[in-house]
Amino acid sequence: MDPLLRNNVHVSGLPVGQPMMFAHGFGCDQNMWRFVAPRFEDAFRVILFDHVGAGESDLTAYDHAKYSSLAGYARDVLEICDAMELQDVVFVGHSVSAMIGALAAIEEPNRFDKLVMVAPSARYIDDDDGYVGGFSTEDIHELLDSLGSNYLGWSAAMAPVIIGNPQRPELGQELTASFCRTDPAIAKDFARVTFMSDNRDDLSRLRTDTLVLQCRSDVIAPLQVGEFVRDAVARSTYIVLDSTGHCPNLSAPRETADAIDSFVRAGP
Amino acid sequence: MNTPMDDFLDTPRDDDVQALYDRAPCGYLSMTPDGKIIRVNDTFLAWTGYERGDLIARRMFVDLLTAGGRLFHETTYAPMLRLQGRAREIALDIVCADGRRLPALVNSTLERDGTSGEPQVIRAAVFDATERRQYEQQLVVEKARAESSEAKAQLIARTLQQTLIPPAVPTIDGLDVAAVYRPAGSGAEIGGDFYDVFKVATDDWVVAIGDVQGKGVEAAVVTALARYTIRAAAADQGEPSTVLRTLNNVLIADQSDRVCSAVVIRLRRRGGEWRASIGCGGHPLPLLHRQDGSVTEAGRPGTLLGYYAEASFNDMDVDMRGGDTLMAYTDGVSEARQANAWFGEARIAKTLARGWTSANHLTNHLLEEVLEFQGQQPRDDIAVVAVRVP
Repeated sequence: MDPLLRNNVHVSGLPVGQPMMFAHGFGCDQNMWRFVAPRFEDAFRVILFDHVGAGESDLTAYDHAKYSSLAGYARDVLEICDAMELQDVVFVGHSVSAMIGALAAIEEPNRFDKLVMVAPSARYIDDDDGYVGGFSTEDIHELLDSLGSNYLGWSAAMAPVIIGNPQRPELGQELTASFCRTDPAIAKDFARVTFMSDNRDDLSRLRTDTLVLQCRSDVIAPLQVGEFVRDAVARSTYIVLDSTGHCPNLSAPRETADAIDSFVRAGP
Repeated sequence: MNTPMDDFLDTPRDDDVQALYDRAPCGYLSMTPDGKIIRVNDTFLAWTGYERGDLIARRMFVDLLTAGGRLFHETTYAPMLRLQGRAREIALDIVCADGRRLPALVNSTLERDGTSGEPQVIRAAVFDATERRQYEQQLVVEKARAESSEAKAQLIARTLQQTLIPPAVPTIDGLDVAAVYRPAGSGAEIGGDFYDVFKVATDDWVVAIGDVQGKGVEAAVVTALARYTIRAAAADQGEPSTVLRTLNNVLIADQSDRVCSAVVIRLRRRGGEWRASIGCGGHPLPLLHRQDGSVTEAGRPGTLLGYYAEASFNDMDVDMRGGDTLMAYTDGVSEARQANAWFGEARIAKTLARGWTSANHLTNHLLEEVLEFQGQQPRDDIAVVAVRVP
């Protein structure tokens, strides 16, 4: 299967520029980057994609077993890099994709030049060892249970799209017009792997230059969670954005782009 | 005389808009683009038990949600609102002042400045969805129950199906035997095709293949009956025509009015050769491929089983030497459809004539061809048995 079709890869910017890949987190798709990515098109080859199961990715490629761990998503990132023969990649990952990028960079360190983690968390659930992730296991189950209610509309109207229905193209249009919607079963899987994963040990194996972008007020990834990532990654730069919420790429796009800009355009 | 309507319209109501806002049958909230509450109506306060002063400029909307709701709000709801300017029918639980939860449906819009396009204010309408949520939870439970019951039915179908064909084709000294079987569609329903290969005595074997009309559990019961009747009738050394006659009588006597077609082949070793006695009841005739390359039908047509008391079955004997192959199949092979075309006997004969050195290769290849022909979606069961003298 062609990873570029599977992951709905979109390329823009300078064709000969350094590759810069943007990855979305749980809950949305590559549209998350629409206010940030264009800033880098002058000098970078900008690569946007949807994780399988999100946006306009190929839902028939969804494999429950493969995507039951973040390693499956990291493998897709590497397959895209491989298919496009990318080198010296700058990988910008929001939320869970920060960890997906870390796993990919640990797997193939030579492939990546820099890593940008936007609102990352290495572990969402509090641990007995004193680690504070901000949530309990019950909280995560509460989210998983609530997803059914929030995708009621999808299951009835959108389901035909995944089995491919060329006779009814309007269904596909409706799907694209409604951002952040996906199959509730897939959403549940992705939420589970996102919020149940524990990548604290992985971070010590990361050797790539990394920017940790933390929002001043983020109920999903609070300050101490970002500080943990900062301390766990050997070569980290830490910037706190004066922004509220978990998606500074949407709520404070200029500040987010500025911070990424100064990191990725800095000399070696 | 004034009507009540006239009275209503004549009365000056300066506070109408305010009353409409405060006493609306839904909660209203206004928030800054990052979610800080700046205005709230009386209905929301009455439902949640908060004082206006607790909320205005003090709390974020996201603070009023459960932990699970906060995760959903931040990862999906807030991005959706930013990207498309609205979010509809978002299910969230609001934690009230006393800790009680109010299941709610929230519709929101994000207003942007007309010139700069900068986000200005978020307006949210909150609907009490207590009963709707209970109903949804019931639906979720029922859906899970239906899915589990479906899975159970499929497991039963698969298990039952496995009893209708031998788990493995036995190894026969001096004969190369292979079989394939593929139920129609997704395999969730039990098919009516069956085959069997069993020993009667040393160097004396029976190969049978058949097709019971219909599908599902009722057909499976008849299929099992047919398979065991053939075994029992063949055990007392009956010729294929005798076996088929017995099967016909058994099926007529059985309460089910399903009919069945079958081919029964008895294989007896004679020195280096095998004599195949072939009997047929309403089934496509087997094909015989000789080492010289010829392909011919083997056997004589007989009556469909389970319907006519006056039935006629005739045996035909064929001597098989090294390199000869005898192959029997069900109509799921010959009648496989592609648009308006049938797979047909000619294609089967052509595949058979390719000169196979292994019965297994032949049957697997034929199955692949038939599946390919129908775009991997067989509309009928497929069964093939091939016997080759090495």
